[in-house]
Amino acid sequence: MYQKNSSIVKGSDKLIIALYAMLIFVGLVCIISVEYKSTDDFIQTLFGFKKNYSKQFYFFIVCSVIGSFILLTDSKFFTATANLSYLLGIILIIATFVVGKEIKGSKSWIPLGFMNLQPVELCKIFTALALSKFLSLLDTDFSKPKSQMIAAGISFAPAVLSILQGETGLALVYFSFLIPMYREGLPPGYLISGILMAVLLVVSLLFHTKTLLIVFTVLAALIIWVNRKQIKRNKSILLVIIGAWLFCAGFVGLAVPFVFNKVFKKYQADRIFSMVGVDNPFTDNKTGTLSPEEEKQKKKKDEQQNYNVKQSKIAIGSGGFAGKGFLKGTQTQGDFVPEQHTDFIFTSVGENFGFWGTTLLMLLYLSLLLRILFIAERQRSTFSRVYAYSVAGILFFHVAVNVCVTIGLAPVIGITLPLLSYGGSSLITFTILIFILIKLDADRQMVLR
Amino acid sequence: MSAFNQSRKNVVAFVIVLMFIVIIAQLARLQLFSSDLRLQADAQGTFRKVIYPDRGIVYDRHKKSILQNTIIYDLMVTPNKLKGVDTFALCKILGIDTAQFNKKVVEVIIKNGRTRTSVFEALLSDDKQAMLNESMYLFTPGFYLQERSVRSYPYDAAANVLGYTAEVDTNFLKKHKDEGYVSGDYAGFTGIERSYEKVLMGERGIEYWKRDNKNRLTEKLEKGKYDTIPIAGNNLHTSLDIELQELGEKLMQNKLGSIVAIDPKTGGIIAMVSAPTYQPKYLTGSERRKHFSELFLNPAKPLLNRTVSATYSPGSTFKTLQALIGLHEGVITPQTSVSCAGAFYGCGSGRPMRCLDYGTFDLRGAITLSDNTYFATVMQRVINNPKYPNIDSSLAAWDRYMYAFGLGHKLGVDVPSEVRGFIPTPAYFNNPKIYGPGKWNYCNFRSVSIGQGEVVTTPIQVANEMAYIANKGWYITPHVVDSIEGGDKYEVLKQYKIKNRPIDIPDSIFEVVHDGMQGVLDRGTGANARVKGINICGKTGTVENYYRGIKQENHSFFCAFAPRENPKIAIMCVVENSGRFGGTYAAPIVGLMIEKYLNDSITDKARLEKIESLSKLSLIPKRIYSEVRRQDSIIHSKDSAYLIAKGFIKIIKDTTGIEDGEDEDAITKLIKEKQEKEKKDNKKKEDPLRPEAVLPGKQKQIVQDSITKIDN
Repeated sequence: MYQKNSSIVKGSDKLIIALYAMLIFVGLVCIISVEYKSTDDFIQTLFGFKKNYSKQFYFFIVCSVIGSFILLTDSKFFTATANLSYLLGIILIIATFVVGKEIKGSKSWIPLGFMNLQPVELCKIFTALALSKFLSLLDTDFSKPKSQMIAAGISFAPAVLSILQGETGLALVYFSFLIPMYREGLPPGYLISGILMAVLLVVSLLFHTKTLLIVFTVLAALIIWVNRKQIKRNKSILLVIIGAWLFCAGFVGLAVPFVFNKVFKKYQADRIFSMVGVDNPFTDNKTGTLSPEEEKQKKKKDEQQNYNVKQSKIAIGSGGFAGKGFLKGTQTQGDFVPEQHTDFIFTSVGENFGFWGTTLLMLLYLSLLLRILFIAERQRSTFSRVYAYSVAGILFFHVAVNVCVTIGLAPVIGITLPLLSYGGSSLITFTILIFILIKLDADRQMVLR
Repeated sequence: MSAFNQSRKNVVAFVIVLMFIVIIAQLARLQLFSSDLRLQADAQGTFRKVIYPDRGIVYDRHKKSILQNTIIYDLMVTPNKLKGVDTFALCKILGIDTAQFNKKVVEVIIKNGRTRTSVFEALLSDDKQAMLNESMYLFTPGFYLQERSVRSYPYDAAANVLGYTAEVDTNFLKKHKDEGYVSGDYAGFTGIERSYEKVLMGERGIEYWKRDNKNRLTEKLEKGKYDTIPIAGNNLHTSLDIELQELGEKLMQNKLGSIVAIDPKTGGIIAMVSAPTYQPKYLTGSERRKHFSELFLNPAKPLLNRTVSATYSPGSTFKTLQALIGLHEGVITPQTSVSCAGAFYGCGSGRPMRCLDYGTFDLRGAITLSDNTYFATVMQRVINNPKYPNIDSSLAAWDRYMYAFGLGHKLGVDVPSEVRGFIPTPAYFNNPKIYGPGKWNYCNFRSVSIGQGEVVTTPIQVANEMAYIANKGWYITPHVVDSIEGGDKYEVLKQYKIKNRPIDIPDSIFEVVHDGMQGVLDRGTGANARVKGINICGKTGTVENYYRGIKQENHSFFCAFAPRENPKIAIMCVVENSGRFGGTYAAPIVGLMIEKYLNDSITDKARLEKIESLSKLSLIPKRIYSEVRRQDSIIHSKDSAYLIAKGFIKIIKDTTGIEDGEDEDAITKLIKEKQEKEKKDNKKKEDPLRPEAVLPGKQKQIVQDSITKIDN
């Protein structure tokens, strides 16, 4: 038994395991601080499987079993079954359309009796494996657009399905696969132009179309005037400038109104505008106008989200530097922050442990991420490296977006804080992601892929 | 290939680190530099719960508790736990129907929300509470009973002295901003509940609780580390004799008026009866509001403490003071005699003041038989005394005596709502709207000499005047509370330890007046007040008065002190509109009160019968009945809510009627009425020498009584 154990741990990165365990422990402490009442018998409730922290505790036990199994598995298994598992994941997501259960407005859950499984969550692992498999194939030349298209297809197919199920938060996570792709040679132009497009979009939402057209024209004229000497020598510069001007003008003047009037439904447009904090000016959009009943529900939901963020900021802010102490947070104990044990778990850290607590937690995450990047770079096989970058990307996206939501830097997107948030699906997913990475890393010397 | 893109790992790491820096910066902003978030958190997450101490207990002079606390129950409801409650049974107990029940629940939800507990029915009556308690299992968990401490009155007496407590309103909160009251608190509004509010209230405790998102209190913050414990209010020991008070209230049944009895040695008030009164427990408990509006609307004004708030012309009781002034000023001697040939002709023959007893009187006789002419002459001599250069200074000298006797200003009694009465001054007559400088002389106000006309006093002032005469020249400001258990922290009682002796009048002068006053009982107008074995000095008064210009039945006055040798009680009684003379109704009441107090009990059968017959005797003026009838016809037997809705009562807040308003200046009041009078005079072209006193509608006091001519 002892030998077997030692063989599991052999070659595994102990720092990552330690960070993993610490984060799970912090998570348990936080869930306890949310749910534990002074009248409860701690031991009894911890093992009682009634309270969420008790369930999380059992989920952790399940996770350690799963983690052990992964470490016992031959690492070739993951490369061999990557495509198969991806297929399985896609089938599960599609199956959700049929047997899915609706929880909190998204029909993306499969009830398993003892827990609810969210295939989109699980599919992150399979997508990471499949992407790694594809990029590590000998005949893949990632500099070719065809390969880039296929990689994007692999990455975003689950996201598209997820959006169809009404689960947008998790769908956004799939953007994190751009990080491994970038590492593997995706031209930065794509990312930069993507970011520029986003900036242009935000600008076109914030300012009036006519103002922007005038500004663009003036800018173009200025640039032409400044570069008039070069233009005399080389006419093509003029063409580039005019092309860029035409594009910007067309984007702002035609594409944006078209999209907001014809493509998006009115409430979707409204929500996008409310994210940048302006009223929707495209009032002639009548598509998908909500019935008064739906309008009411939508308004209620918006108010709920505003309330969540406000309460979340109050709870975090009231922690101050030192925090109020474990089980002493009035906001946490008074259930002021909704969903505090899941998506808003970070608030309990903020209130109970204050600034030093949150900073320490962020440093834990940062250490984990940088350690994964370090591990990624020491891999000999492309498969392992892409996979490691995928894990880092997913983790980073989750942590950054979740924390930004709770501190009011991002609109409310419902995704979990890895390893801390209550929830079996999320915890098991991240455990599998991380332990496959550990196994691949442990075997990095043995296999050359 | 991998080597080719190796540098990109730095870009990725850089982006990650940058994002974390942004996050930590925002965390620093929220957690280190946003104190408002902390305040918001405290505001919603904690609750400062005030714990009310028991109010102090009030004892009478024999250490009997006359005002204490009792437990009463509120029925509380939590709307979101109403499932499974036997509504039908509950409605049956509460005496409401299901529709009313639902309406009440909806009201509670609107006011306080679904999850918080609110009062469903406050201050349950005993039988309702008993029935509810028995079948409470049917109504849980939606309902429960919560105990609350309220005032209780073991003796069912002294309502106006003790006062009542009520929930504070916005007016009160505005006035007492910095005293820590919050809406929902109870405070004393009248009587000593009010004047000793600070002492009786005690110190409130504060508990800090955690509160959840539904506004429910969950547990104590830090296990009660910051809590303060409430300190019970201090008990008060009063000089009241509750049995005497009860007897007084019994005697004054079916009458309007007052009795005030003071211990002249201490200034302590022994009894303070204002009739009609009400059962003090009326203003506690569930029916409080209903009872209050009933009392408030009653034309006999049971909520008014007549002993301090009602003013009357003192009538002949005033003559004792005239005697003191005359003797001390040296304008008369005890032997000075004046004859009455039917009236006082000192001011000519027009409309003379009549006297009932023809003949010649010396001072003692004049007091004993209440001779008007004698005192008109005495005051004439004082006012026209050549030692004063003019009438202004002589009247001012006379006023100084009056103020020294405690008239014309508030005494400073510890029962609220005291008014000051009025003593005419040179400034008043010099007002061009009255007479104007130099345009008046003694004859314009001669009726003052016999306690009519411009002079008005409160019953407490008259009783205090008796204490002054009994003490031969000093008094202690009358007060109800003698001592405070645990010490007089706020020094409220300091002023009640001081002897007031503003003018030194020799004892011999008082002896003469005492002689005359003893004569009142022995052979004069006050024979009805005689008590076997006790030398009582007294004085009757019969006051003619007018209500809205119509002459009413006389007020009956009697004031006295006893025993003459060692005065232990100074007492006055007024029976409003009783008709007949001061000696007829007020004198026997005073006699019985003195007997009860000095002998501790009344055992003689005839005297006991006298008590019964007096208490059954109804002397309530007809106008009160007709007013009641008028109100009834308005009300159509509907409740006060109807009246409010119809605008008959603009404000019927618990307190407004009783709270001290700005004292309307008595002078401006009189000016107004004088102007009205002049208008009438011009129309009627009446004799200009007509004495002021007989003119109707000249003074309008709180009890709407006024002026006159005399009597006895």
